[in-house]
Amino acid sequence: MVEIAGLDRMLLEHPFFAGMAPEQAAFVAGCGRNVVVEAGAWLFREGEAADQFYLLRHGRVTLELRAPGREPLIFDTLGEGDIVGWSWLLPPFCWSMDARAQTLVRVVALDAHCLRDKLDSDPALGYALLRRFVPVMGRRLQAARLQLADLYARPQGGRG
Amino acid sequence: MNATPGGADPALWLPEPWRIERVRRELSDTFTLELQPTAGGAPLRFLPGQFNMLYAFGLGEVPISISGDPEADGPLVHTIRAVGPVTEAMRRLVPGDVLGVRGPFGSCWPVSGAEAEGCDLVIVAGGVGLAPLRPAILHVLRHRQRFGQVCIFYGARTPADILYRHELRRWRGQFDLLVDVTVDRATQDWAGRVGVVPRLVEGGGYDPQHTLALVCGPEIMMRHTARALLARGVRRERIHVSMERNMKCAVGLCGHCQFGPHFVCRDGPVFRFDVIEALMTVDGL
Repeated sequence: MVEIAGLDRMLLEHPFFAGMAPEQAAFVAGCGRNVVVEAGAWLFREGEAADQFYLLRHGRVTLELRAPGREPLIFDTLGEGDIVGWSWLLPPFCWSMDARAQTLVRVVALDAHCLRDKLDSDPALGYALLRRFVPVMGRRLQAARLQLADLYARPQGGRG
Repeated sequence: MNATPGGADPALWLPEPWRIERVRRELSDTFTLELQPTAGGAPLRFLPGQFNMLYAFGLGEVPISISGDPEADGPLVHTIRAVGPVTEAMRRLVPGDVLGVRGPFGSCWPVSGAEAEGCDLVIVAGGVGLAPLRPAILHVLRHRQRFGQVCIFYGARTPADILYRHELRRWRGQFDLLVDVTVDRATQDWAGRVGVVPRLVEGGGYDPQHTLALVCGPEIMMRHTARALLARGVRRERIHVSMERNMKCAVGLCGHCQFGPHFVCRDGPVFRFDVIEALMTVDGL
């Protein structure tokens, strides 16, 4: 017999939601659906409305920036267990980068309008979710700083 | 280490002439020299992590880690990044040219002692920091059965800056190694990971309680990697880093490479992280 896992269980098995109260997970799961994205397809593009929040279950996603006259620059990749996007959380609810499936990707896509309504109506849930977001944002900010430092660049004024 | 206390052995001060047998261009600014002693004789015995002082005649001497196989009878191997006048001059050398060699000097990666026996090994390299770790990796591969999980995590600036690309690919094809590579930025032709190397450490693949970690790369990268290892539960005294300072005499006399109470040439370049952690954030040290 094939057992079909409910979305609430999928959420609880995802590292981002691990440890959340089951009733909260079930409440959030009401905004979700399973989505498969083919390799090479966009999850979202810069400037589009940020109306989804993705939990990566399988595959790898690239985060990219576009600039005229240059190839798109990949500055991060996200994999199984990661989340994609927080622009849906705060105004102007607009993506600030591109996200593309580097491989076939399976995600749980949570509808941002639905989720925002639930977070507004349930501050405890909102707090629980933000406590999960802040460490992720902190880690990514730290990584961005290290990338900005250009650690492997040739040292200036080398003496050796 | 063959340095006697106070560097009293005159042989330690005299560069021996070694002839370049082969030059390999690795990256735009990085190259590998394979050397043989002009006088013939036995290969230079060294431990993984140790360095030699290489002398470009008339220009100067620089400390360069040994990157060859410590148990092979082949040539002496040095991978060098051209960062200044001496290494720039070395980049222009061709087979048949001669360099002066003093060494080997310094401490080593603890891969051959009891400390490593049966442990998981996490080897983390950034940029040209893979070169000083290569002898340790080759040692581990020769004695693979002595270790548990072996993870090699490597970070480079871009895909074009990946050192020892073919060797990494070969290691990645082994069933008993976990090899993961990331770059700081890439374009569409790169199908691998993008992001900083400490994030690879966060991904696991090893038992933190029974892990020995070897880390080599830019100092900021080593600090952040060590923090990621600590966050995973690896013990401070089980993390080893390789420091780089302005080494001149290589025998702990001149003080150019003084790092707090340590001389990097004599007490390092490989240090236990808990021994030097506090010094790594001291301004100007």
